[in-house]
Amino acid sequence: MASQEIEALASALARLPGLGPRSARRAVLWLVKNRERALPQLVETLAAVQDTLVECETCFNVDTRNPCGICADPRRDAKSICVVEDVSDLWALDRARLFQGTYHVLGGRLSALDGVRPEDLTVGELLQRVEAGGVDEVVLAMNATLEGQTTAHYLAERLEAFPVKVTQLAHGLPVGGELDYLDEGTLAQALRARRPVD
Amino acid sequence: MALASLTLSDFRNHAHSEFADARRFNLLLGENGAGKTNALEAISLLSPGRGMRRAALGEMARDGGTGGLAVGADLRVGDDIVRLGTRIDPARPGRRTARINGADAPLARLGEWLGVLWLTPAMDRLFTESPGGRRRFLDRLVLALEPGHAHHATRYETALRERNRLLADDALPDPVWMAGIEAQLAEHGAAMNFSRAALVGRLSRALAQLPEEPFARPDIALDQGGSDDADALREALAAHRPRDRSAGRTLIGPHRADLLVHMAGKDRPAGDCSTGEQKAMLIALVLAHAGLMPKDRPLVLLLDEVAAHLDPERRAALFDRLRDGQAQVWLTGTERAPFAEIEAEAARWDVSAGSVERRS
Ligand SMILES: Nc1ncnc2c1ncn2[C@@H]1O[C@H](COP(=O)(O)OP(=O)(O)O)[C@@H](O)[C@H]1O
Ligand SMILES: [Mg+2]
Ligand SMILES: [Zn+2]
Repeated sequence: MASQEIEALASALARLPGLGPRSARRAVLWLVKNRERALPQLVETLAAVQDTLVECETCFNVDTRNPCGICADPRRDAKSICVVEDVSDLWALDRARLFQGTYHVLGGRLSALDGVRPEDLTVGELLQRVEAGGVDEVVLAMNATLEGQTTAHYLAERLEAFPVKVTQLAHGLPVGGELDYLDEGTLAQALRARRPVD
Repeated sequence: MALASLTLSDFRNHAHSEFADARRFNLLLGENGAGKTNALEAISLLSPGRGMRRAALGEMARDGGTGGLAVGADLRVGDDIVRLGTRIDPARPGRRTARINGADAPLARLGEWLGVLWLTPAMDRLFTESPGGRRRFLDRLVLALEPGHAHHATRYETALRERNRLLADDALPDPVWMAGIEAQLAEHGAAMNFSRAALVGRLSRALAQLPEEPFARPDIALDQGGSDDADALREALAAHRPRDRSAGRTLIGPHRADLLVHMAGKDRPAGDCSTGEQKAMLIALVLAHAGLMPKDRPLVLLLDEVAAHLDPERRAALFDRLRDGQAQVWLTGTERAPFAEIEAEAARWDVSAGSVERRS
């Protein structure tokens, strides 16, 4: 029987997506075996992330600096903004390096049933970015869910007041984590096939 | 032929039941409470939706079982076998999932492989009860021909709940948000209206070809819930906001549609006809629909206690029509005699206390 502390670590790890109790136990065993090197390394990297983790004030990406690495990158095309629901969508899209512009993370999707209203999302901040000028195109990359598509409609209408081209992914993004399984070809196709919102 | 075999695990009173080498006609015989309807219900879950009894997920797992359940079937498609299944994982009792050829799939995908329709004793009240039952019946008929209907109906349902939630708010709903939801309602609602109207049209024409005997011939019409044009439906929804807000819910749209049925010749609403006439019209509807199915699309008809309640002449006519059609049929009964005419060609199982045994 493991000590209380080891049990606590196992149950903390078990809550991580994709792990579960069995994998967590294996990870803990491995850490215990490699406690000389692996354990301090893990503790240090976790602590470093915890100390520096910030939300980007421009695009609401999560990074270790503000503005985030994407917003601060001079090679990025700041004239185009890709709007996504969650940070996970941003990471998945950006890992594929398909989009050369910058992002805007809404922090969710409109849902009357879940009580998520426009003011709960970073809609105001997006409109401010566009209003400040220098933006030519806003790409709406919402999920293919009903709530995602409603949110896209909502944003398209709010953006009508500004002289920007508003486009939308042909079919929306697959929901949440599923994006990770999409191959780059499919993502590239979704981006290429973006169309003006009617 | 559609299903080659069927397996039930922890489904209601069936701990483990297998139906192997199914045929065109499949007969389940046994006493009341043996588990015959349960077996048909299991087949009905090989399609999207809540199944034949519209049961809650928690009801269907066998009492004293694992808390989960599984239904599996081999579907014959040409020379190939496609493995269809649905299950509830005991670890996630609130979710029903589908498996197709060993891979997880959304429930709506089941409809791409198989159409499933049923007639049950509970449907004897279909023409007299509220429109909800007739709408669901109509949607089943549409779905059997058009698997995409499930997607539109699910989307529409979600959008409707969103709109009703905003309407019920004390504060005036955000008009831009409302418009976003209504755009979705209109897109999916128009598609539903279009498919329903197209089916009712085709079905009417098919019914018109039928004689008025031995099954009373129904005249059908769709009381449509709004336009099948998305823009028109969207405008109608926007214009209806004030009234919907005072009602606290959406008063127009395909969720308010109804299937209107009259008895041909007598021009009497189906609800006012005799119980026997109503049943005969239901059978006529289902048979005419089966005739619309494309040859390459498997269809399963579940007839729960239907045959035994018909007089011999109508029963013989039913068997004839089924034999002429292409649907695979699963029938239940408590006695052998009424099925004498199809016994030679039917696969027959005795069902008793949740166990099944092949008899012929
Ligand atoms: N979840 C369940 N677990 C075990 N038994 C069940 C469950 N749900 C229903 N039953 C039993 O199934 C029987 C009814 O089976 P049914 O298929 O309707 O009978 P019939 O052969 O008359 O059509 C009843 O005895 C009922 O108690
Ligand atoms: Mg029964
Ligand atoms: Zn940023």
